[in-house]
Amino acid sequence: MRIARPLRLPGFRSGGLAPIIVILAVLLVLLSARQPDFFSPPSLMSFLGRSAPIVLLAAGQYFVIVSGELDLSVGSLVTAQVVVAARLIDGDPSAGWPVVVLLLAFGVVVGLVNGLVTTWLRVPSFITTLGMYLILVGAVYLWSDGAPKGALSEEFRRLGRSAFEDVPALGRIPYALVVLLAAAALALVLTRSDFGRTLVAVGGNPRTAELSGVRVWRAKTMAFVLSGLAATLAAVLIGGYSGVSFQAGAGLEFGAITAAVLGGVALGGGRGSVVGAMLGALTLETLFTLMNFYGVSGALEPAVQGAIILLAVAAASFRVPSR
Amino acid sequence: MSGLLPSPLLALRGIGKSFLGVRVLDGVDLQVAPGEVHAVVGENGAGKSTLMKVVSGVHQPDEGTIEFAGAARTFRSPREAQQAGIGIVHQELALLPERTVAENVWLGREPLRRGLVDRGAMLSHTAGLLASIGEGSLPPDTRVGRLGVAQQQVVEIVKALALDARLLIMDEPTAALADHEVDQLYALVRRLQEHGMGVLYVSHRLKEVFDLSSRITVLKDGRAVATLDTADTSADRLVRHMVGRELSSYYPDRAKPRELGPVRLTVRGAGNRKLRGIDLRLRAGEVLGVGGLQGSGRSALARALFGAAPFSTGQVAVDGAPVRLRSPRAAMRAGIAYVSEDRKGEGIVAEQSVLDNALLAVRAVSAVRPVRAARAVRAARAVSAVRPGRVGHGARTARVRELLAAVELRAAREDQEIRFLSGGNQQKVVLARWLALAPRILLFDEPTRGIDVGARSAIHDLVRRLARDGAAVLMVSSELPELLGMSDRIIVMRDGRIAGELPADATEEDVVALAVGTAREAAG
Repeated sequence: MRIARPLRLPGFRSGGLAPIIVILAVLLVLLSARQPDFFSPPSLMSFLGRSAPIVLLAAGQYFVIVSGELDLSVGSLVTAQVVVAARLIDGDPSAGWPVVVLLLAFGVVVGLVNGLVTTWLRVPSFITTLGMYLILVGAVYLWSDGAPKGALSEEFRRLGRSAFEDVPALGRIPYALVVLLAAAALALVLTRSDFGRTLVAVGGNPRTAELSGVRVWRAKTMAFVLSGLAATLAAVLIGGYSGVSFQAGAGLEFGAITAAVLGGVALGGGRGSVVGAMLGALTLETLFTLMNFYGVSGALEPAVQGAIILLAVAAASFRVPSR
Repeated sequence: MSGLLPSPLLALRGIGKSFLGVRVLDGVDLQVAPGEVHAVVGENGAGKSTLMKVVSGVHQPDEGTIEFAGAARTFRSPREAQQAGIGIVHQELALLPERTVAENVWLGREPLRRGLVDRGAMLSHTAGLLASIGEGSLPPDTRVGRLGVAQQQVVEIVKALALDARLLIMDEPTAALADHEVDQLYALVRRLQEHGMGVLYVSHRLKEVFDLSSRITVLKDGRAVATLDTADTSADRLVRHMVGRELSSYYPDRAKPRELGPVRLTVRGAGNRKLRGIDLRLRAGEVLGVGGLQGSGRSALARALFGAAPFSTGQVAVDGAPVRLRSPRAAMRAGIAYVSEDRKGEGIVAEQSVLDNALLAVRAVSAVRPVRAARAVRAARAVSAVRPGRVGHGARTARVRELLAAVELRAAREDQEIRFLSGGNQQKVVLARWLALAPRILLFDEPTRGIDVGARSAIHDLVRRLARDGAAVLMVSSELPELLGMSDRIIVMRDGRIAGELPADATEEDVVALAVGTAREAAG
């Protein structure tokens, strides 16, 4: 006689963190085998600092995906923010903070528009944010007559490229890492708040959420705003780290989505964790670093990302069935 | 019993089936002889549909054997069962409305001539089959979408005949039929019987079961508790087997007159696209039952009162103060809670935990207005008979845990995804979600649909307890015993209106008469 038991593998519940931790651990072992000094503090710190933007974007994308939507506009938003910042600052050291505030406001506006068009006008977010993506790309080209103008000040760029020096044991801690940790802590608090939990309910079953008193449009719009804010922070770090170009944010939206899905966030909403999304981003960065060390061409990165997203979504569809 | 009948067409022995550790079928034995109509009855959740899915190859049994036409069989798919000669007429018909009768009957195995579909052969075969069961008047080239439900059933049956089915499974075949159509179905089933077809007839309508079947198997909690010869059985005896207790002790006591409080909810001349001229009063301490056929407006009434499909005309007052129930939030603010009939689609968030599901409404309200939520939690003590917890943001979870205990939730862990719970336990979580807001008016639409017998009476007890604690309850139910057993007063809906009102001691016939319109409308 066969006795059926609930399938219960601790931590391996779908949406759990165990798979992504295992994958990340394996990649890190491979990496340390190839490059033993990867784990030395300076190298590790610079890796984490470098990864900060994509991890931030993955966290932002988590909120949107878990609510049942998708944000394809973040890459072009990063580009727009960097280009706008350069033109506004134009090398003026005193313009740094006011411009950061302005960029944050712009990020909020883009998120609001994405959210309201999706919820009020009932345009699928895939289309809304694809439209936003094109609008931002076009607007930036138009506004800068085809070539980025101005320059970021050194003060502005410090956030992305400088660090606390001479820290005991660790050496230098990039500001980017500090920004990341602060944002991650905030994101974690948010996911455990009423907003965060109702957002998951909205993605899991919008009808139930609505009939339990949740204002679905508001929750989703908030998610897009958070994604816009995450993109803005990422833009500030990227501007500092790699400078001004029309390519500053290219492809980041797919990186963020891949990272979130790899980290167990289900497309379609209702399942996943922000920590998973961020670990997914770190995993992706680790993989690319590994490929680099093994001499695989960087040109392969998009193909690898594509393969990962397909595999991750396919893997996520093998779940414990309901009754 | 098998000794009395010649070699059975279908013999199930010791069929067992579990889903995720929950035993849905347990050692079921059942035999169907050629030409026998064998009824399968049982409460919701007794395992009827799972058993039919095992026979028709949708599910594979964990234990036991299936013998069909004298040979042991395992059906790995519905297709294999079909090819072996087992046809099924589903509760929800699965025909293509844009295709003709003949095309539906031969779908996927159209007769070919020189590689092309032989339409002539298709039509004549179909006409022959229709004639063989006395339905020759149905033209085989009619589009199925133009046919009524009863005729679509005929098409399903012909489809099974075209596959040389020797056993036909009929799952609640009369659920969507009008009275005269039911008679036609009876005649059809009897003709199939004469042709030597075995019929497994699943229904919860006892009248049909007695009219049609030669034997009845009663399922209860996944076991076949009895197989009875229909001729030697009474309805009372059957019901006793089904519920395992006397019907009279099945429902909690009704409200005593002194337990009825002031009028909580008043509706005057209200209507919307589905409802017209709704007038009703609902008193604290009272359970008002709402009956009516599907589509009569009984669910629309509950949804209108919750602001999910609001009234567009008329007035509503709660505790004497006029309110506009434009949205669920507005209704919640007025102290109204709503338990949908569609638990999976509208009641739960399947992939969230038990606790997250129970906290959903509190979170939705307090995410915006913490002050109001604190007040609601404070008020919740008054309604539910559990020890008061501390009031405040942090104590909320503790409160909801108390409520989950108060509704006697049986779940392994509160962080378990709610989809793994039984229907009854899911419903208890939904109830706890609302109790956390201390509602003064509770709207239940089919509160026990898809819930097993034990949990059903627990839900019934809860509903009554809430009323006794001062809540006003409106309960929509399509199950007459439930409607009559639970309600202090009953209104019956027909065509979007209240067709009439009945007292607690009304009979099933009274309700049905009002629902179908054969009774003179009582002044409601």
